[in-house]
Amino acid sequence: MDIGAVLETAILQFIGLNACYYAIAAIGLNVQFGYTGLLNFGQAGFMAAGAYGIGQTVPIFGISMWWGIGVAVGYSVFLGLLMGVPTLRLRADYLAIVTIAAAEIVRLVVRSVAAKDAFGGTDGLTGFASSFQQVGVDLGLRPASQYGFWIFTFSGRNLWNLIVGWTLVAIFGVIVWLLMKSPWGRVLKAIREDEDAVRSLGKNVFSYKMQALVLGGVIGSFAGIMLALGNANVQPDNYSRDLTFFILTGLVLGGVAKVTGSIVGPMLFWFIFAFLDSLLRQLIDQPFRLFGTTLIESTDIGAIVFMVMGGLLVALMVFRPQGLFGNRKEMAFEGR
Amino acid sequence: MKDADAAPAELTEAARQARAALAGVSPVPGAPKPDPILKASGIRRNFGGITAVDVDHVEVQRGSITALIGPNGAGKTTFFNLVTGFDEPNAGAWSFDGQSMDGVAPHRMATRGMVRTFQLTKSLTKLPVIENMKLGATGQKGEKWWNGLFPAIWKQQEAEIEARADELLKRFKLDHMRDEYAGALSGGQRKLLEMARALMTNPTLVMLDEPMAGVNPALKQSLNAHVRGLRDEGMTVLFVEHDMDMVHDISDWVIVMAEGRVIAEGTPDDISSNQDVIDAYLGAHQGRSLLEDE
Repeated sequence: MDIGAVLETAILQFIGLNACYYAIAAIGLNVQFGYTGLLNFGQAGFMAAGAYGIGQTVPIFGISMWWGIGVAVGYSVFLGLLMGVPTLRLRADYLAIVTIAAAEIVRLVVRSVAAKDAFGGTDGLTGFASSFQQVGVDLGLRPASQYGFWIFTFSGRNLWNLIVGWTLVAIFGVIVWLLMKSPWGRVLKAIREDEDAVRSLGKNVFSYKMQALVLGGVIGSFAGIMLALGNANVQPDNYSRDLTFFILTGLVLGGVAKVTGSIVGPMLFWFIFAFLDSLLRQLIDQPFRLFGTTLIESTDIGAIVFMVMGGLLVALMVFRPQGLFGNRKEMAFEGR
Repeated sequence: MKDADAAPAELTEAARQARAALAGVSPVPGAPKPDPILKASGIRRNFGGITAVDVDHVEVQRGSITALIGPNGAGKTTFFNLVTGFDEPNAGAWSFDGQSMDGVAPHRMATRGMVRTFQLTKSLTKLPVIENMKLGATGQKGEKWWNGLFPAIWKQQEAEIEARADELLKRFKLDHMRDEYAGALSGGQRKLLEMARALMTNPTLVMLDEPMAGVNPALKQSLNAHVRGLRDEGMTVLFVEHDMDMVHDISDWVIVMAEGRVIAEGTPDDISSNQDVIDAYLGAHQGRSLLEDE
């Protein structure tokens, strides 16, 4: 067994593009779920809004890809308003139901045959990312050359994706950190505790919840943009429920209501995921048999990894409910 | 204690004025006041087939402490919710400080000068005490998200708010808990915090929903003093209460509700001898042998 190779895979996933766009999405989700207490189970929908916003530009609209940032933001603001208007006046649970349904509706619409001309159906969209990649080339990163040192060696194209992606993570991290230290963030945290108290003190709770939902959604749409640009395509089935819940897992792992938690959590999620996956693949390179029955085949590894991840999450909730970076003292005052 | 408080010599200037203004008001339900800050008429609220509140007319005198009492289920809290905009009446109109308040959203009440507390204390447990206080200030520039990004815009205002919050915390003897989470406070301290936080809105009318519920006798005395202090600073206080000692001690005027209606009004002394009130609390048949009814 080569533990070095296992660690190498895991470390590369820790800083890879997957961890990067998960982190952006988790920063957005943290604004909604961590700070404001809005149960948004539809972050994948916002990511799809971002990805399709940028994906439609060249192949469908025939405009420059850079307009796509505006289109993506427009889509996600629209989606946020659409979800928020009917539900934010109701109890939090309803928002959870509506968001999970809305994200599914988004996915089913964009992959539908009827809307193939606008969204490319199940094939998705391609051929829009070249102007993005060109910027990297212009800056001197040759797509096919290798850059870096030791295990951290990337092709010019991947390196460019990572640089832009992690820059976005840093920008949104700083924005959210600043906002949450401001009186605006204080109102959001107060809404999480008790809406009526905040209302009695003269704050328009509905408006604040809407702002949080839309801001988190817009940040989430940049995760979709990053995924679309990184892969140079948009695939509707990337934006399924699993994605929302993996991001939520990453966020909880890191600790809610903490910017560091929302960034490091998704990175750790991918580290653990890749570590378990390649470890098991090394251990079970041939079917594992016990008393003449085949217990584990290499095709089972994917499922086993998720089982172990689930177990770890349960253990985390029992022994460290605040996550890795969360505030234990804050967690202690549950209820009122 | 009670006797000493009731002695006229102990009354503050504000209290004397409030009592003098109310002295000429006839003690009947719906009596007009010389200078009403809050007026409500024809307020009705139905829950299904039940009429929880049906108030013909009621006025609250500016600068007074008015108590709203009544047996459980009399509709006091519902009336409170209606007046503060947390619930909408099926019919009726009310005005605050001369302005109509029909259909005004609850969050606008505080900016207009009306603030309320809750029967079940709503302290924001996962925020520190000082943050709880600072939340109460109205008109904060930094509460707009685009301003939130630029501390330079709101830093000075924040410092002023913090100074005011610290002053109030000192007055309510919570300054030693300033940086603790509100969840670490005792039940009584949370009541104090809620009242102090409400004052951060600079209200003219403070509405307290059962401020004495679940508070120990020693703290009751200090809460009493705080409520009196509000009036002495020129605020109007309307409070719901079951604690008759407190009602008698500090209120200038008492409004009694039963079964959704205002059944009596008057000074505390008028009320304690009012037959309708005694009947509402104890039943019209109290004091008689059950055999007599047969």
